[in-house]
Amino acid sequence: MWWDWNYAWSIVPELLRAIPITLAATLEGFVLACLLGLPMALAKRSQLRWLSWPVTAIAEFIRCTPLIIQLFFYYYALPSFGIVMSAMTTGVIGLGLHYSTYLAEVYRSGIDSVPRGQWEASRALNFSRGHTWLRIVLPQSVPPTIPVMGNYLIVMFKETPTLSAITLVELLTTAKNIGSQSFRYLEAFTLVGILFLIMSYPSAWLVRKLEVHLGRRERRAASHGR
Amino acid sequence: MQFVTPLLEGLKVNLEILVVSTLLAFLMAFLAGFGRLAKYRVVRGITLVYVEVFRGTSLLVQLFWMYFALPAMHVNVSAMAAAIIALGLNYGAYGSEVVRSCLLAVPKGQTEASIALNMTYPLRMRRIILPQAWRMMLPGFGNLQIELLKGTSLVYLITLADITYKGMILRSANISQQSLIFAWMLVIYFVVAYALVLLIRYFERRAAVGRG
Repeated sequence: MWWDWNYAWSIVPELLRAIPITLAATLEGFVLACLLGLPMALAKRSQLRWLSWPVTAIAEFIRCTPLIIQLFFYYYALPSFGIVMSAMTTGVIGLGLHYSTYLAEVYRSGIDSVPRGQWEASRALNFSRGHTWLRIVLPQSVPPTIPVMGNYLIVMFKETPTLSAITLVELLTTAKNIGSQSFRYLEAFTLVGILFLIMSYPSAWLVRKLEVHLGRRERRAASHGR
Repeated sequence: MQFVTPLLEGLKVNLEILVVSTLLAFLMAFLAGFGRLAKYRVVRGITLVYVEVFRGTSLLVQLFWMYFALPAMHVNVSAMAAAIIALGLNYGAYGSEVVRSCLLAVPKGQTEASIALNMTYPLRMRRIILPQAWRMMLPGFGNLQIELLKGTSLVYLITLADITYKGMILRSANISQQSLIFAWMLVIYFVVAYALVLLIRYFERRAAVGRG
């Protein structure tokens, strides 16, 4: 028999103990990506060429190159410039920076989806720039982006095994360690897959629900002529 | 510049994996995309399980599973085959969502009109539905193609001698210049990604010819 149930059950607690690290890396990375994404989106939309051009180029570079090599760069090369970070910090920053370029695009599409008339009406009503952004544009551009951001949270969660490359002991590294102790990889890696599935599938379902809910609310608001 | 030649040597492995797994991903995307819309519940069920399993678990986990766990079931795959299968099946699952949503996005009137014109299912698909859906699929496929390219960097972790592997070897011999080596690796990936973007744009332009 290939699969040993007793052995599989015996390693479950050890795998479960690695979940908090995986979740912490995901959430911290996501918060960082959300925070960095907004100024990045604003800079990319800016009319100042000296600001929009370099930010666009850097974001494009980060987005088109693999996370794992970026992580190697931060983890192995930055110390020679005097910047030393733990594997966890490096992982969070690497993950956050990588996905901030994706979230910037999400924000940008949200901002661009606000009809021109809203800007023009704000100007006609003599609203200040800050007032226009905070009370008119952002409240309308945030809700449609929420499901997309939820999707990226799940994508980042599934990307955390990459952090094992810089020695962070998350789920996959734990499974690999268990496997190398007993030379049984099948149970450990299968369980990791199942754990990922049972965590990401309900989240994806929730995001879909939210999407439908927001779409319905939007339609209702539109039909009430708001 | 002395680092570029060995890195490009490693890049060949990545490009080989990129090409073959892209073909596999395309095949799986269309099979599963049509499967999700099939008449028979069994077919819909099987494709749904395939898509959700490969989208719900992580690519690196799948890569490790193919390489380290399959031998326990007496299925021995080479690292190269494991890489191609994992990347192909993973991005095939993502691609099937693109195929499915674009097939559904073709207006229903097109199907109704072609039925009214007495077209058979294959003819209807080939001449009416797919050409319109294909144009909508291209941006989605383009994004996935870049993700797949980035995904090839993970094969280093299952012992393949790819660009990352070559870079790590170079690094251990020239530790003082490691930042330069990593920078070159990133630049090489960016150049390949940019070439792919241009290629995809060319296809998008070509698909748009003669259509308003």
